[in-house]
Amino acid sequence: MDQDLVTALYIVAFILFIVGLRMLRGPRTAVQGNQVAAVGMLIAVVATLGQKGVGDWGLIVLGLAIGTAIGVPSARAVKMTAMPQMVALFNGVGGGAVALIAFVEFREAGGDLPLDELIPILFAAIIGSISFWGSNVAFAKLQELTKARPRIPSLVNLGLLAIACGLAVAVAAGTESQAVFAAILLASALLGLLAVFPIGGADMPVVISTLNAFTGLSAAAAGIALDNVALIVAGMLVGASGSILTKQMADAMNRSLGNVFFGNFGAAAAAGPGAADDGDRTVRSTSAADVAIQLSYAERVVIVPGYGMAVAQAQRAVADLATELGKRGIDVSYAIHPVAGRMPGHMNVLLAEADVPYDRLKEMEEANAEFARTDVSLVIGANDVTNPAARTVSDSPIYGMPILDVDKSSSIIVLKRSMSSGFAGIDNPLFYDEKTALLFGDAKASVSDVLSEVQAL
Amino acid sequence: MDLLTELAILVLAAFVGFEVISKVPNTLHTPLMSGTNAIHGIVLLGGLLVIGPAEGLLEDILLVIAIAFGTINVVGGFLVTDRMLAMFKGKKKQPQRAAE
Repeated sequence: MDQDLVTALYIVAFILFIVGLRMLRGPRTAVQGNQVAAVGMLIAVVATLGQKGVGDWGLIVLGLAIGTAIGVPSARAVKMTAMPQMVALFNGVGGGAVALIAFVEFREAGGDLPLDELIPILFAAIIGSISFWGSNVAFAKLQELTKARPRIPSLVNLGLLAIACGLAVAVAAGTESQAVFAAILLASALLGLLAVFPIGGADMPVVISTLNAFTGLSAAAAGIALDNVALIVAGMLVGASGSILTKQMADAMNRSLGNVFFGNFGAAAAAGPGAADDGDRTVRSTSAADVAIQLSYAERVVIVPGYGMAVAQAQRAVADLATELGKRGIDVSYAIHPVAGRMPGHMNVLLAEADVPYDRLKEMEEANAEFARTDVSLVIGANDVTNPAARTVSDSPIYGMPILDVDKSSSIIVLKRSMSSGFAGIDNPLFYDEKTALLFGDAKASVSDVLSEVQAL
Repeated sequence: MDLLTELAILVLAAFVGFEVISKVPNTLHTPLMSGTNAIHGIVLLGGLLVIGPAEGLLEDILLVIAIAFGTINVVGGFLVTDRMLAMFKGKKKQPQRAAE
C-alpha cells in the first residue's frame, strides 16, 4: 500500500475516533459511538498491515490470535460488578505493550538512536512500565487478591522516579547499554507497584483514570519515536481525555492528585479524631420488618448506593424494591455520588444493568437539594460519600470532600455488613446519628428480606 | 516526518481530546473511560510496525507479546464498552410510569 494511502486511511480513522468519542457523550448515541471508534481502529490496523516493510506475518497472526483468544472471552464473561478491575487490566496490557515496543526499538538500534527518537522512547518506556505494573496492582486490589496496604514513604517513590529519570538522562547522553535501559524499566515497574499499593479502594477510580491517561501518553510518545501519526493522535486523544476525567474525579473528592498518590490516606485517620471518643457512642440496629414499615409509610425515599451494593451484587434486588415501593405511590430516586463505587459511573452502570430507568438517578447536587424533603434515605453499602465529617471535622482526611447530605433527611437506614469503617478507614458519625438505624448483613440478602416484608404488608 | 510537525499534531490532538471529552454526564464516565481505554490499544500498530524489521528470538517473543497485549486492549476494551453501553440503550422505551 502506498504511504499516502496509509496516511489517508489514518485520517479516516481519526475522524471516526473523534466522532465516536463525541457520540459517547450522550446515552442514546453512546453505543454507536463506541462502534464508530471500533471501526476507526479496524481501519487503522488494516492500513498499518498494508504499509511497506510490515512483515513476519506468521508472528503477527500469532500475536493477534493470542490477543483475541484472551481478550474476547474475558470481555464477554466478566460480570458487570467486576468491570473496574477488567478496565484496569486492559489498560495495563496496553501500557505493557508500549514498554515492550520501546525496549525492542532501543535494542534493535543498539541504543544508537537520534535524540528525537530516543527521548520519546525513554518516556514511553517509563510511563508504559508504570502503567502496566500499577494497573496490575489496581486489578489485584479490586479483585481482592490482596488487602495489604503497606505504608510506603513518598521518599521511596520519589527516589525511584529520580533513579528512572537519572538513568534515562544517562541513556540520552550517550550510554548505549541495554542493561541501563532494563534498569529504567525495572525502576519504573517498582514505582508503579509501590505507588498504587498503599492506595485505598476509595481512591481507585482516580488511580485507574490516571493510569489510563498515562498509557495514552506513552502511546503518543511511542508514535513520535516510530514516526507513526496514528499512534500520536489516538494516544494523545486518550492522554488528554483521561487527564480531564482524572481531574473531574479528583475535584469531586476535593483532593489533589499528589494527595491521592502520596497522601497515605486513611493511615493517619486511624489514630486521628474519632478513635478517642468512640466509647460512649452507640448505634441503633433495626430489622427488615421495621425497615419495610418505615419505607412503606414514606412519601419520598432516596436510595444511596455504594460499593457494598456492587460487592453484594444487590442491584437487581434494590431495583425490585424500588419498583415495589413505586407501585405504592412512593417517590423513589437514587442519589449517585460522583465517586461512589470504584469507578466514576460505577453505580450508574450497575443500576442500568438492573433496568433502573435513567431519570431516577440523581447526581449529587440535584440529590442534595432534595434530602431535606426526604422521609427515608436508604444507604446501601455506601460509607465515605455520606460521611458528615467531611463537612464538620476540619482535621478529618476527607474534610472538604463534597458528600451526599444524607443526614438532612428525616430518617436514615444504613445497610452494612459490619461496623467496620469505610475503605478510607475513617469513622462515620452518620452511623451514630439518632435518626439513623442500621440493618446489618449482606446487602443483597437484607434488601430481599425488606422486599418480602414490604410485599407482605 | 520531522519532530516539530509531530509535536504540532500532538498538541492539536491534546486540545481535541480536551474539547471532545469535557462535559460528559457522570453516568457515562465508566463507559467513556473504558472506550478511551480501548482506543489507546492503538499501540498494537507499534508492534505491527516493529516486528517486521526486528531480528532475533528475544525481539520476536517480546513483540508477539506486545501485539497480543495490544489486541487484548483493543478487542477487550471495545467489547466491554459495548456490553456496558448496551444496558443504557432502550431505557427510554421502558417508561417509569409502569412503576409509578
